[in-house]
Amino acid sequence: MVTAFLAALGRPIVAACRSAGDLGLFALEAISHVFRPPFYGRQFLRHFIEVAYFSLPVVALTALFTGMVLALQSYTGFARFNAQSAIASVVILSVTRELGPVLAGLMVAGRIGAAMAAELGTMRVTDQIDALTTLSTDPMKYLVAPRILAATVALPLLVLVADVLGAMGGFVIGTVKLGFVPATYLKASWDVLQLQDVTSGLAKAAVFGFVIALMGCYSGYRSKGGAQGVGLATTSAVVLASILILALDYVVTEAFFAQ
Amino acid sequence: MSSQRPTTLGVKLIGLRKAFGPKQVLDGVNLDIPPNSSMVVLGGSGSGKSVMLKCILGLIQPDEGVIEIGGQDVLKMSARDRTALMNRIGMLFQNGALFDSLPVWENVCFKLLAQKRITRRAARDKAAEVLAQVGLAASVGDLSPAELSGGMQKRVALARAVAAEPEIILFDEPTTGLDPIMGAVIDGLIADCVHRLGATAISITHDMASARRIGQQAAMLYRGQVVWTGPAAQLGDTGNAMVDQFARGEREGPITMELRR
Ligand SMILES: Nc1ncnc2c1ncn2[C@@H]1O[C@H](COP(=O)(O)OP(=O)(O)OP(=O)(O)O)[C@@H](O)[C@H]1O
Ligand SMILES: [Mg+2]
Repeated sequence: MVTAFLAALGRPIVAACRSAGDLGLFALEAISHVFRPPFYGRQFLRHFIEVAYFSLPVVALTALFTGMVLALQSYTGFARFNAQSAIASVVILSVTRELGPVLAGLMVAGRIGAAMAAELGTMRVTDQIDALTTLSTDPMKYLVAPRILAATVALPLLVLVADVLGAMGGFVIGTVKLGFVPATYLKASWDVLQLQDVTSGLAKAAVFGFVIALMGCYSGYRSKGGAQGVGLATTSAVVLASILILALDYVVTEAFFAQ
Repeated sequence: MSSQRPTTLGVKLIGLRKAFGPKQVLDGVNLDIPPNSSMVVLGGSGSGKSVMLKCILGLIQPDEGVIEIGGQDVLKMSARDRTALMNRIGMLFQNGALFDSLPVWENVCFKLLAQKRITRRAARDKAAEVLAQVGLAASVGDLSPAELSGGMQKRVALARAVAAEPEIILFDEPTTGLDPIMGAVIDGLIADCVHRLGATAISITHDMASARRIGQQAAMLYRGQVVWTGPAAQLGDTGNAMVDQFARGEREGPITMELRR
């Protein structure tokens, strides 16, 4: 009775540890393939365009509206302390350090992580991944490595765009609606911004890109059991990537904060 | 790594066992396929024929047993030697397993391109040539696999399996889903691989006419073991009650319908 209870308690924990270990090994193998030839440039390019170019509208709109909302909301708050002048710096710092990378990461996790999991999952359950092996091609190298590299490189670029658009959203609301003088607003933003604010955001973006592709590829690669299995893989890719993005956001912030 | 014609690679399975959970799918399979011969494997649906082929390719790790290819134990090989050996083997998957992100011509020449034995420019012509062998027009090369009928997909998959002229070719139900005439054409192609290319072939089939056309030897898999091997020409008249029942497709006999878990 007691042992049955303990067993029931322990089984998911053991399973979770095993999956975590499996994921770690998968990640290491994928990274090692990124640096060892043969390289599949054509595959890299395809996924780079998919992540960087086709995610642009989603990320751009998210960033723009976030910047606009942020300016409005901080006005509501700061007006109570007569601290309206801080709005420009709050917007620029929040966007570059936090909201740009995190929101872009979450949006891309939904778009790209899901697509990668679904594509690789379908390839797995229809034997296409096995077929690659019989056609003198290492599936980790051909399928996984280019996707991981593409997402890791593309996300910082997307976040750079998000930073600019987020700041612009704040600027538009600040000047048009809240009555700031454009030059003053810009100067306030520029003066407070340091290089590290941007670079820490871009570093986060690279980490998030890696995590999104890793979770998408891992879930798809290990999926089994037909269409239902592919559906599960897609869901878990997005959910796990989103949670990891938020958790790693803290870790990276902490690392930069300590400096 | 040099390929010889006819091939010197044979396949030998000794005591191969594989279970999925409680289900013992392969329970001590012994099979010997000499170099440059053609073996057909028969067996009921779910009897583990596809699993056996995947074990030979190293896609499924058997629980026990020895797989010898060209006299070497593949399960004990280094990864590098194994990759080199796998380059000499071709496989037709039961469901085709075509890459749907690539056009047909790239599917067909995938292995040749991967091994850099051909340029992308030359690959289209090569694909047209191989597609013609399986009765498909060159224009099919520019379509995507999703635009093809089931039987056409099967033939493209077949073209992909033989395009790189492997020394060992594994065919998992090559003629299932094809009309009888096309089936006979494909049988001819497989026989041709063995005669002209000097390859070793292992084919799974449920079609007895086809089995007699492609196979020199035949083996019957039942309850995870090889229960009979003999000349394929004798199928239907082997004197083994089980094989004869299977070959003639009779309800009454030693093989009974069992509910499979
Ligand atoms: N990856 C797997 N996980 C669990 N069970 C499996 C797996 N692959 C095959 N099996 C089981 O092994 C058994 C044999 O499957 P296999 O695909 O080899 O059958 P088969 O002889 O090729 O049948 P068919 O003629 O219908 O293709 C089946 O009962 C199947 O459920
Ligand atoms: Mg099968």
